[in-house]
Amino acid sequence: MKVLSSYQAGKLTLFLKGELDHHEAAAALRKISRTMDDYLPRECVIDMGGLTFMDSSGIALILKISKLVGETGGRAWVENAKSQPLKVIDASGIDRIIKVTTGAEQ
Amino acid sequence: MKQLNYIKLEFPARSVNEGFARAAAAAFAAQMDPTMEELGDVKTAVSEAVTNAIVHAYPDTVGTVQMRLRLLDGNTLEIMVRDRGRGIPDVKKAMEPMFSTGGEERSGMGFTIMGSFMDSLRVRSAVDRGTTVTMSKRIRAKGS
Ligand SMILES: Nc1ncnc2c1ncn2[C@@H]1O[C@H](COP(=O)(O)OP(=O)(O)OP(=O)(O)O)[C@@H](O)[C@H]1O
Ligand SMILES: [Mg+2]
Repeated sequence: MKVLSSYQAGKLTLFLKGELDHHEAAAALRKISRTMDDYLPRECVIDMGGLTFMDSSGIALILKISKLVGETGGRAWVENAKSQPLKVIDASGIDRIIKVTTGAEQ
Repeated sequence: MKQLNYIKLEFPARSVNEGFARAAAAAFAAQMDPTMEELGDVKTAVSEAVTNAIVHAYPDTVGTVQMRLRLLDGNTLEIMVRDRGRGIPDVKKAMEPMFSTGGEERSGMGFTIMGSFMDSLRVRSAVDRGTTVTMSKRIRAKGS
């Protein structure tokens, strides 16, 4: 998978692309942690528009991002989740803790 | 239930094989004419079971993981994932949502996801002998 990012006015957007599983998660988290350290964002959008597959490793990653941004008083949420990642998010119940929006195509 | 087709795979418990196991399961399931959603469910459940074998079963060695997929009568897909690792001392507890011995990079939701994405889930485990996860799902014929 790939992680791209953009930053504007206190808001960091992370674009996740490809498949997010345990094999990919560690490297993705390292990259995301570095990016967060660089910007110390107040808001962090996890854009899942390019994510075609995610398992519970993605749930742990979302929670970790939320915790990291929370440490500096910010908050994180998920945007554009497609059907498979969304179903995993729903089953995990984390949408009670963190805001989740779906792709417009659904 | 009558077995109509099957595949068996064996691979070392390395994380690079997680994607392969998902892809193999999806390719086998394709003969059942599943919907995109059903295919996603199967891939997710396989990913969870195989990742557990890779992450939890062999803390100090690289053991092997076996996977068997069966097409059964009534368009039912059965998935079995087996390791010969450390085993689970308390299966009932391990299957509770958010229970994890895996630290911060795990969420403790694997079994919960397997259970909700498949029609049935059975876990058999013995300490120091290994764990076998068997799941099944009926694939509904498209358009019916
Ligand atoms: N194959 C296995 N061998 C040994 N222990 C296992 C195995 N599978 C699961 N477990 C135990 O059961 C617990 C729960 O598994 P589950 O998949 O639900 O959550 P997790 O793997 O900890 O986290 P997640 O799947 O959300 O990343 C694990 O933390 C581990 O202690
Ligand atoms: Mg797991």
